[in-house]
Amino acid sequence: MNGDGTSWGGLPAVSQTLYPVRNRTHPLPPVDTHMLPYGLGRSYGDSCLNHMGTLLTTDQLDRWISFDPASGVLHCEAGVSLAQILELVVPKGWFLPVTPGTRHVTLGGAIANDVHGKNHHRAGTFGRYVREIELLRSDGSRTQCSRTRNARWLRATIGGLGLTGLITTVKLQLRPIVSRNMEVEEIKMTGLKQFFDLADASDPTHEYTVAWVDCLATGAQLGRGIFFRANHSETPSSLNSDRTRSFSVPMRAPNWLLNPISIQGFNALYRNKLRTDCHLATQDYRPFFYPLDRVENWNRLYGKRGFYQHQCVVPRDGHEGAIQELLERIGRSGQASFLAVLKLFGDHPPEGLLSFPRPGVTLALDFPNRGESTLKLFRELDDVVMQAGGALYPAKDARMSSDHFRQFTPALDTFLPYVDPAFSSSFHRRVLTPS
Amino acid sequence: MRTTLLIGATSAMAEQAARHFAPEGDRLLLAARDTERAAQLADDLRVRGAESVTCFTTFDASNSDSVQRLTKRIQEVEGTLDYVLIAHGHLPDQEECEEKPWVALRELQINFLSTVQLCTLIANRLEKQGHGTLAVLSSVAGLRGRQSNYIYGSAKGGMNTFLQGLRNRMAFKGVRVVTLLPGFVDTPMTSGMEKGPLFISADKAGRLIHTAMTKKTSDIVYIPGFWRWILLMIRMIPEPIFKRLRL
Ligand SMILES: Cc1cc2nc3c(=O)[nH]c(=O)nc-3n(C[C@H](O)[C@H](O)[C@H](O)COP(=O)(O)OP(=O)(O)OC[C@H]3O[C@@H](n4cnc5c(N)ncnc54)[C@H](O)[C@@H]3O)c2cc1C
Ligand SMILES: NC(=O)c1ccc[n+]([C@@H]2O[C@H](COP(=O)([O-])OP(=O)(O)OC[C@H]3O[C@@H](n4cnc5c(N)ncnc54)[C@H](OP(=O)(O)O)[C@@H]3O)[C@@H](O)[C@H]2O)c1
Repeated sequence: MNGDGTSWGGLPAVSQTLYPVRNRTHPLPPVDTHMLPYGLGRSYGDSCLNHMGTLLTTDQLDRWISFDPASGVLHCEAGVSLAQILELVVPKGWFLPVTPGTRHVTLGGAIANDVHGKNHHRAGTFGRYVREIELLRSDGSRTQCSRTRNARWLRATIGGLGLTGLITTVKLQLRPIVSRNMEVEEIKMTGLKQFFDLADASDPTHEYTVAWVDCLATGAQLGRGIFFRANHSETPSSLNSDRTRSFSVPMRAPNWLLNPISIQGFNALYRNKLRTDCHLATQDYRPFFYPLDRVENWNRLYGKRGFYQHQCVVPRDGHEGAIQELLERIGRSGQASFLAVLKLFGDHPPEGLLSFPRPGVTLALDFPNRGESTLKLFRELDDVVMQAGGALYPAKDARMSSDHFRQFTPALDTFLPYVDPAFSSSFHRRVLTPS
Repeated sequence: MRTTLLIGATSAMAEQAARHFAPEGDRLLLAARDTERAAQLADDLRVRGAESVTCFTTFDASNSDSVQRLTKRIQEVEGTLDYVLIAHGHLPDQEECEEKPWVALRELQINFLSTVQLCTLIANRLEKQGHGTLAVLSSVAGLRGRQSNYIYGSAKGGMNTFLQGLRNRMAFKGVRVVTLLPGFVDTPMTSGMEKGPLFISADKAGRLIHTAMTKKTSDIVYIPGFWRWILLMIRMIPEPIFKRLRL
């Protein structure tokens, strides 16, 4: 588990004090340093870190309060993880309304980054399904925030990066299912144009869509990959699980492991998964939503130097060229590793003041940390994103510039008054310090 | 339906153990000091599948009248008592105990006498019904006195001997008496301590406690098992040498 005060990318290195919040009535600690809530550290960069400060760890904030199997409303403490929720509710015929690519995130973390999933084009972000939260602030106040009461605070806290206070409890609306299974279609994709065609065609027919792109392909091959689209199975079947095994990476791997050759290997592996042009399958929801969760701590494969993820969104109208340019630059650099994920977002208005998802295409890739050459590539990519009127995802960031952050965050000035004076994060200080 | 009684239910270890009893559909009875936290725990255990949850609060182990009131409420519980876990405890300030005998006596009351008071009547009830498991959270600290915590240690040591005798008495009465001996567990009780490699999580301890109570393994259970060997070595050190050690 990553509950030890580190971030998923393993950088930057920080020194901080951990303070466990043991239950929902627990007061905030009387500390002189700034505080930051911490979930399961599944954010890649420094938005879940607090150098020289206190991290309020929430893994013990994991109690249920109530679950109504008739309405699908779940009420619980904010340190409960999505994995724990699925274990409780799937056998009762309910599912998460939105889920990111790993189930090892907490409710608090999912709200603070207003996370998105493969169903964004239909469902919008996680925050949309949050009925109510309790927000504990450093002045000792506890505020119940919903769409009808203290709605401003809810809007600031959804996507609020943990800066508005500690979320202690959450009421979440789930969605019904009749089966654990997913009906999945995997379609071979030869280029970007096909990606957009498939995404448009699948919008009305498929609840979940996403594509994996070969990020080392250039020229005529650019944008080749696999398009996935899926729906929950409508055929009633057993909702109980047969446990699947997971593997764990026991320690940080040597840095040379993820060199371009091994990355090529990974990409070829994924491509060869598809021998035919289209493949239909019925599979359990876990391998579909959480393929990476099969290998616990896979982040350690990147070794001690850690890694970055770069995730951006660029508006679609007139800017299909931006995604193409990003992929070209990345392909030429040969720096990216095996995961390039492409997804078309829907047109939902943002749930939170700082929510990342907005209409357009999102591209996410991992990059082993190679120091300055990696950072230089990122600066180039960021410029492309900015020119296109796009944005970067703070949950995945460890290094965007203050200028860029301000450009990407039009509601920043509206948000700042909601920041708790005793709360801060490494990310917060970095992006608000003029560069 | 199985009935499980947890005393000191808000202790981190008891709470984690309760999470294993709840999905089995038990009727749960929770005795605790803090009413609010007991109610939170009760809600949680209901969602986890407990058939019903009843709270007995406020239970203060430092006050024998309060212990007496709890015993009375337990006597009034209808049906059988199948599993009982006694978990409350307090880690005293050893130095304060060396200065103030009344503090030492209060610690013995919390960590030993209250349990004797509870166990006596609970054991009689289990004896009468002819079955049941009574498990008590003692500590490896009770297996050898050390200068750094011998008030706590002697309370737990007294408990170990008491439970041994009780087990002997119940041997042919269908009643199991289980002595649970945790080493270091990461709970509020140890929040002030530096966490080394010997520490386990409360979650893991809870799982081991549930197993020790429900699977008929051994009656004296180290949590986790490696403490058996550590204690074997510690207990082999001859007293003339041991008394000179800084432990
Ligand atoms: C393999 C993988 C796949 C991913 N896929 C996706 C994806 O598809 N879509 C997506 O959107 N994201 C994705 N992510 C990112 C991840 O979903 C987010 O970073 C998420 O916020 C992590 O949650 P966490 O519980 O680990 O929180 P942390 O990373 O520990 O913290 C995240 C933020 O939440 C705040 N926070 C945590 N708890 C609370 C609380 N109780 N009250 C207030 N603030 C709190 C923290 O202060 C911090 O700002 C992925 C991450 C990984 C590792
Ligand atoms: N943690 C370890 O390393 C360790 C090692 C060996 C043995 N143990 C034993 O394990 C048991 C459980 O402890 P834990 O580690 O789970 O710690 P914990 O979470 O701090 O639990 C201690 C429990 O005892 C209760 N308590 C303390 N004084 C009380 C009093 N006067 N009256 C009523 N209840 C009282 C506390 O009630 P509140 O919740 O109201 O405070 C709490 O529920 C204890 O008996 C302890 O001695 C612990």
